[in-house]
Amino acid sequence: MIDPASALGLSEILLALLVALPLAWAVLAFALGPGRSGWVAVPGLALQLSIALQLAATAIDTGTAIHHQVGGWGAPLGIDLRGDGLALAMVLLTQVVALPLALYARLFYLGRGEEEAYFWPLTGLLVAGLNGLFLSADLFNIYVTLELVGLAAVGLVAAGGKAPQLSAAINYLFATLLGSMAYLLGVALIHGAYGTVSIATLTPLVTAQAPLAVWLAGLLMLVGLMIKTALFPFHGWLPPAHGGAPAPVSALLSALVIKGTFYLVLRLWTGPFAAIAPVVEWLPAALGSGAILWGSWRALRATRIKMLIAYSTVAQLGYLFLIFPLLEGAGAIEAGVMQAWAHGLAKAGMFAAAGVLIRATGQDLIGGLAGVVGRMPITLFAFGLAGVSLMGLPPSSGFLAKWLLIEAALIQEQWHLVAVVLSGGLLAALYVFKVIRQAFLAPPEDVHLAPVPRNLEWLALALSAASILLGLRGVELMALLVTGEVG
Amino acid sequence: MTIYELLPLGVLASSLIPGIIIFALPEPWVGVRTALNLFAAVVKLALVGVLLAGVEAGSEFGVSYTVLPGLELVLNADPLGLLFVTLSAVLWLFTTLYAIGYLEGSPQRSRFFGFFSLCVTATMGIAMAGNLFTFFIFYELLTLSTYPLVVHRGTPRSMRGGTIYLAYTLVGGTLLLTGIVWLHNLVGHTDFVRAGILEGLGGAYAGQLKVIFLLLIAGVGVKAAIVPLHGWLPQAMVAPAPVSALLHAVAVVKAGAFGMVRIVYEIYGIEFAQSLDLLAPLAAIAGVTIVWGSLLALFQSDLKKRLAYSTVSQVSYIVLGIAMFGPMGTIGGLVHLVHQGIMKITLFFCAGNYAETLGIHGIREMNGAGRRMPLTTLAFSIAALGLMGAPLTAGAISKHWLTGGAEEAGMDWAVWVLWTSSALNAAYFLPILWRTWLCKMPLRWPREHIPSRGWRETAWLLLLPPLFTGAATVAVGVFANSELSPLAWAQLIAERQYLPVVEEVK
Repeated sequence: MIDPASALGLSEILLALLVALPLAWAVLAFALGPGRSGWVAVPGLALQLSIALQLAATAIDTGTAIHHQVGGWGAPLGIDLRGDGLALAMVLLTQVVALPLALYARLFYLGRGEEEAYFWPLTGLLVAGLNGLFLSADLFNIYVTLELVGLAAVGLVAAGGKAPQLSAAINYLFATLLGSMAYLLGVALIHGAYGTVSIATLTPLVTAQAPLAVWLAGLLMLVGLMIKTALFPFHGWLPPAHGGAPAPVSALLSALVIKGTFYLVLRLWTGPFAAIAPVVEWLPAALGSGAILWGSWRALRATRIKMLIAYSTVAQLGYLFLIFPLLEGAGAIEAGVMQAWAHGLAKAGMFAAAGVLIRATGQDLIGGLAGVVGRMPITLFAFGLAGVSLMGLPPSSGFLAKWLLIEAALIQEQWHLVAVVLSGGLLAALYVFKVIRQAFLAPPEDVHLAPVPRNLEWLALALSAASILLGLRGVELMALLVTGEVG
Repeated sequence: MTIYELLPLGVLASSLIPGIIIFALPEPWVGVRTALNLFAAVVKLALVGVLLAGVEAGSEFGVSYTVLPGLELVLNADPLGLLFVTLSAVLWLFTTLYAIGYLEGSPQRSRFFGFFSLCVTATMGIAMAGNLFTFFIFYELLTLSTYPLVVHRGTPRSMRGGTIYLAYTLVGGTLLLTGIVWLHNLVGHTDFVRAGILEGLGGAYAGQLKVIFLLLIAGVGVKAAIVPLHGWLPQAMVAPAPVSALLHAVAVVKAGAFGMVRIVYEIYGIEFAQSLDLLAPLAAIAGVTIVWGSLLALFQSDLKKRLAYSTVSQVSYIVLGIAMFGPMGTIGGLVHLVHQGIMKITLFFCAGNYAETLGIHGIREMNGAGRRMPLTTLAFSIAALGLMGAPLTAGAISKHWLTGGAEEAGMDWAVWVLWTSSALNAAYFLPILWRTWLCKMPLRWPREHIPSRGWRETAWLLLLPPLFTGAATVAVGVFANSELSPLAWAQLIAERQYLPVVEEVK
């Protein structure tokens, strides 16, 4: 038996490793160059995944959050890391999605040295930034991680190197910088008002009687983060960026990056701004509803498969923001995190499957998929399973997310949210079956499919299947979420 | 895990695992696939047999598993569930045999049989679900795994049928989900319990409970094809014959009707439902569906479509029985769940035989078919007479109990509905029998695929299943009073679960 004190000591170091490890392999990958860099990234991610699992298990066992002060310096000067249930759930999601995607990327970039050269270092920075974002305990460090994530993501989009990708990357860059600026301005105002940026210190300080500057700060940060999350109507940058990037990048961005900023809104909303947030609680939900309807509609109208998936991301993001008016009641955070997991796994699987389909058919039009079901059943099955989760049909994590969300809304008698969630599911069914239907059509005579590594198909299936399987076992995730909730 | 927990899981696994393996089998491995399919069907039947014996002896089989805090997957092999399980398992074996013959040489058979096994698994799950949450999971799984079978041929017509099927069932599922979450919110669980779970709520919730009832019944009503939610069923007939036979005549529509049984008896409780005035409207809808379905069947010139509308009508016999306030109606509805399945699957097998052997699709093309295919036509005739309620068939037993139930419940109009429907059944089936037996054979059949050899009018595997189910139509009617008949089992269910309740009311 390890005594609890030393187990906790080990956990603190592991917490720091979650940020340090990806930075380390990012640098190594840069030094090694394409071809070999995958060999450091994959073991690195595997190690991170086991660390994240270990930390989650410790948190569930002890029921408390894990704290770490880098170099022994505490707030207000040093770097504080804090892993409570919510943060650890998001960290775990990041590693769970990133590892299979890294395996996928290794095969995907085989023989494409130039694109691969940027992919691994940037992915390392991205993952380090995300882990840091989830675990940081003060507003300024969060800003640093936000920039790291944003720039790495833009770099990944631009690395494709074609003109549309570059222009998408530029738009993305503007959006993400604008968002960061708004956020930083908010942080400055907060610091001016209270003299601290530590989340734990701020939380009891901010009250409904806070000065105007604090209200302004809250609003700026909210809007900045909404822009970075691509919440409707700030979503314009997302579809070209996510739809235009290579499949592994699209998957990383859609599954993880936008979840980072959503997490931050949730963290601030339930933490420092808890006292003043209820005034605008209708806003995220209203925009979220707009996102579900508009995103689904655009997905339905899309003619390119990856654009369809990207607009589906716009729609699915909407569900995340429906939880904000419900936070005072039970089950809202659970619903949000379940949706983040469901969408993360399903969308990674769907983009991975789309990557295979595009590689095989040599084009990216939905109309060109006729007959695919007979030739690439595994990939289409992966697409279908991911679709089931996005539609919120059982058994899947997407279904559990919807169940939790509807129940939370019903408790508070927010009927309009129930209606939005339910109609969103039907709209998702329309655009998912638009693709599947096409794949079931009899193929034209002269269709040729390029050979694709079999393991690409299986990895896509693994991600989608994970989204389904989580729908059968959500107990642990829910147990993790309630650890360290207070304080 | 004890044997009491493993057996219900085994009933699920005996089609789920073979299904997954079949997906992975290469297309040309016909022998392995066939062997695995039949092996699975036989294993399932054996497991069901053990369950039946155990439940008869008073053992309780069930297993539960926590998905989320407060949300459990529950499988219970209670007598009511086993009624549906047994029906599906027996018919699965026959349909598998039939499908092997029917699809011989056609492409994508691994996919077909894989999804077919998934559908059966979902049906078993629906039958054994111990709460509405579990019911819903398998109910939607059934929707999803049926879709690839409906669009199996990949033609624009089948795609259209598939889209319509999805549109109806997904919207229905959404309504059902709303009702279930709402209930879960009010009660804290959705377990199926004898006499229902809602009486404790008190009168203040009556309004809400009525809305929830509407949502739930509309949700399962789509699959049960009650008017006006029946539009998908005739369209789904583009599917290959084995799919129409097992899924659209038995598994899918029965899943809806079965859901109604659970909702009325074990969520609301028949007594409570009556006190909320919910039964009369349900009975009225069933009555309308019975007559309307039969009327529309009369105007179909395509054999499978006529059978489809006949299904619409017949499934509502079950609903009518459920909505009758009294044990006779209950027994009539439950027994018809089985009887209608046996009879209708026979008809669809035969329709598939006509199409596969002679290329006959329309009713006008059926002249003289009885001389070319006497055995198939014999099975067809028996099942058709059964649906009319002819003596010595399963249909007569159903009708006896249903009319008895209607009189017991004081619903004279329902007796009239049943007689009208029988007359309409005769009106749309007798001309077919006339054509097949008494009209002259044409010089050439539309497309003769399978030549006749001696008295073997078509392929073995196509011929045996309808002969078996045709014989069963007579057997369950003639031996209705034996201990092993569906009627005896329906009486057991009524005795164990409902009769005490109803008697308390009296």
